[in-house]
Amino acid sequence: MMMEISGTRRFINSFMLALSGIATVLVVSVLFFILGYLLIHGASSLNWDFFTKLPKPSGETGGGMANAIVGSGKVLLLATLIGVPIGFLAGVFLAEYSGKSFAFLIRYVVDLLNGVPSIVIGIVAYAIVVRPMKHFSTLAGGTALGIMMIPIAVRTTEEFLRAVPNNLREGAMALGATKATTIFTVVIPAAISGLTSGMMLNLARVAGETAPLLFTALGNQYWSQGWLAPIATLPVMIYNYAIAPEDDLHQQAWAAGFVLLTLVLLINVTARLIIARGPASQRR
Amino acid sequence: MATPQQQQSTLKDPVTEANVKPDTAKADSNLKLTARNINFFYGQFQALHGISLDIPTNKVTAFIGPSGCGKSTFLRTMNRMNETLRNTRVEGDLKLDGENLFSMDVTDVRRRVGMVFQKSNPFPKTIFDNVAYGLRVNGISKKSVVAEAVEKSLQHAALWTEVKDKLQKPASALSGGQQQRLCIARALAVEPEVLLLDEPCSALDPIATLKIEELLFQIKDITTIVIVTHNMQQAARLADFTGFFLMGKLIEINDTKKIFQNPGKKETEDYVTGRFG
Amino acid sequence: MASSTYIAETLSRRTDRGFIARLRGGDEISYLVTLACTVSILLIVGLIVFELWVNSRPTFTAFGFGFLTSSAWDPNANKFGALPFIYGTCVTAFLGMIMAVPLGVAAAIFLSEMAPPKLSNILTFLIELLAAVPSVIYGLIGIFILVPAIRVYLVPPLQAAFGHIFLFEGTFYGLSYLSAGIVLSVMVVPFIISVSREVLMAVPTEQREAALALGATKWETTWDIVLPNASTGIFGSIFLALARALGETMAVTMVVGNSPKISASLLAPGYSIAAVIANEFAEANGDLYISSLIFMALVLFGLTIVINAVARIFIMTTQGKGA
Repeated sequence: MMMEISGTRRFINSFMLALSGIATVLVVSVLFFILGYLLIHGASSLNWDFFTKLPKPSGETGGGMANAIVGSGKVLLLATLIGVPIGFLAGVFLAEYSGKSFAFLIRYVVDLLNGVPSIVIGIVAYAIVVRPMKHFSTLAGGTALGIMMIPIAVRTTEEFLRAVPNNLREGAMALGATKATTIFTVVIPAAISGLTSGMMLNLARVAGETAPLLFTALGNQYWSQGWLAPIATLPVMIYNYAIAPEDDLHQQAWAAGFVLLTLVLLINVTARLIIARGPASQRR
Repeated sequence: MATPQQQQSTLKDPVTEANVKPDTAKADSNLKLTARNINFFYGQFQALHGISLDIPTNKVTAFIGPSGCGKSTFLRTMNRMNETLRNTRVEGDLKLDGENLFSMDVTDVRRRVGMVFQKSNPFPKTIFDNVAYGLRVNGISKKSVVAEAVEKSLQHAALWTEVKDKLQKPASALSGGQQQRLCIARALAVEPEVLLLDEPCSALDPIATLKIEELLFQIKDITTIVIVTHNMQQAARLADFTGFFLMGKLIEINDTKKIFQNPGKKETEDYVTGRFG
Repeated sequence: MASSTYIAETLSRRTDRGFIARLRGGDEISYLVTLACTVSILLIVGLIVFELWVNSRPTFTAFGFGFLTSSAWDPNANKFGALPFIYGTCVTAFLGMIMAVPLGVAAAIFLSEMAPPKLSNILTFLIELLAAVPSVIYGLIGIFILVPAIRVYLVPPLQAAFGHIFLFEGTFYGLSYLSAGIVLSVMVVPFIISVSREVLMAVPTEQREAALALGATKWETTWDIVLPNASTGIFGSIFLALARALGETMAVTMVVGNSPKISASLLAPGYSIAAVIANEFAEANGDLYISSLIFMALVLFGLTIVINAVARIFIMTTQGKGA
């Protein structure tokens, strides 16, 4: 006798399908909601002044965030210079030289570092840069963000270097290349699309960080000279303006939020496209 | 040292037994590589047992045997590629033109003893840069010299006419057979004295295989060839000498004709007549 | 040929050295430099622990472990107690997780088991973009959109129905534990979804096929076979998300109310460790003030390490099973 699937069971199946689907749609709609709101509130407040003028002193309306945009650029540049080389070379060590147990230890410590809340890293940067110097600076901000870039740099590098087939290494060494030469002239070029994409995602993540900058780079109403002065950055400006009483500042916060989010999402999407178009061995 | 040897009408018979005394392996210009009592260990496991043989210059020597018999392991000993693996140990005597291979600078060894792998492994570079890689890595960067060497190697690898107009294209654009010929050209560019090939045609179709066998036949004048193959007919076609490996031991090595038509050992006979493997 | 001799002689003489060939001696340098970078990471982590520890000493010497249980927070009177902040951190994180976990796991199930692959990939891509949105942007949305919306649409019915329970007492001004909890849940959900989805997808197809072949529906297969298989991994993802929620700073700071008092009601304003540091560290004067904030940072640090370690254990167990 054929047993037909009971009506109840079929109902439960469809119900659960619908329920879980609704949950998903709900979550995804948040993204569109955020984007939509930023578009409406933020894009509309965007004007040429935003990109070219300095903030006005409190009480006055108008002005822009030119210094914060450049400031974010400077801090991120410093962060990349500090964090990426260390992370990248450590990743090379893990992928090409390390023994199993040492690699396990390092990966554990790197994951630990990755889990440290960004504000705690900010405190450490304060302790080692701001306090000895007795003032806030771009350097301090860059140090904090640089430390945050290390774990992802290590993980990405190790993962994508390991994905390069061993075949390639042997081919180079069989021609008389040393291990170092093989790594730098064959293995790394083979992994380049994954490495680039990983570094872009790393940068995008750190570009939106606010907390560690609050007491390292602090902020600046004017242009910041050199690397040892406090500096305005986009995320910190957003925060400061959002909690300020003036409505005009709120508008500017939205505008800045729009610019920041657009940049972050653009970098993300580009990075993922690079992976999708790159060699198959580099795809997860 | 790099000038091709003249073929001699009489050749010493290659060694056919293990445990030959070292003093019989004096430097003989007819014997490119001589191995005596090679033992090889992966950790605790002994993969090669007392291998002794001679590789004659400007001839094709083939290693045959069932999977896992150690022929590839021994091949990789000859250019010290096994050293890139962890926890390995090699014992015994290996001489290249009378020089102790194990005490030479390893990158020197690998330049003089080239290798082509089972699965073609072109670098993610242009065709030209692939072939030029070995030269550049070994210190030759003068443009005219490199360009001439690249062309010569590609001609030896029977690939020149197919790629001469697209040298700047990525190597990945080539077909499987072409890629393998590219790898051969790349290996030849540094003018190796010995060329080791580890089942180079196993991933290729019959036509590509034929092209490679033809070019191997041509290039034995400029280098000595050692080829590992699981295809007995290929060994019969190509090789002047054939060695039969079984379970990490060299059972027999002799003129290819003798191995296939009149083998000395029962195991060899069983293998070449298809009774196992 | 001329060049043939040149190559042969050059290679056997080894006197000519190009740039790349000079890397020959570079094997040692390469090894040492990369090793140095690896070790420096160990040193950096050590430095973090060291700095947190050393700079907490003043507070520890003054208050001992009582600091963690005291709720007296009056910087002007040099009185410091961490309890309101620990309480707030836990409450907001807990709230966030309660809302995010069912939603996140349900969505992960949909993406992994129910949805057609193409749809699943697109939706996953969008959700991963959500995870990339900076915290301060969530804070913006929180202050200007979420909080007013909660005040108008959520709290009145909530208080009407449950106002007598201590959890929902009092006047709601907007900035509160509840608001922070909701914002946190929105931030943490994408993370739960992407990790849980990967864990679910790692369950071998054979398991599903065995159930389906016996006539089970898709949901029954998911509930009875796939989820149990993936449960440890999903627990791992929950712990990872919890660790994130605990350390989340900006979005919480902007909507929690910044009030260093312990309140039972979720509608009351509160504070969290990360929020108080964000708000008060830059202007904190006096060794004890700064050191108290740093001591709390140390507590937060320790908390996240422990939770991450637990998460790793869960995840490693899953990997052992899955393989």
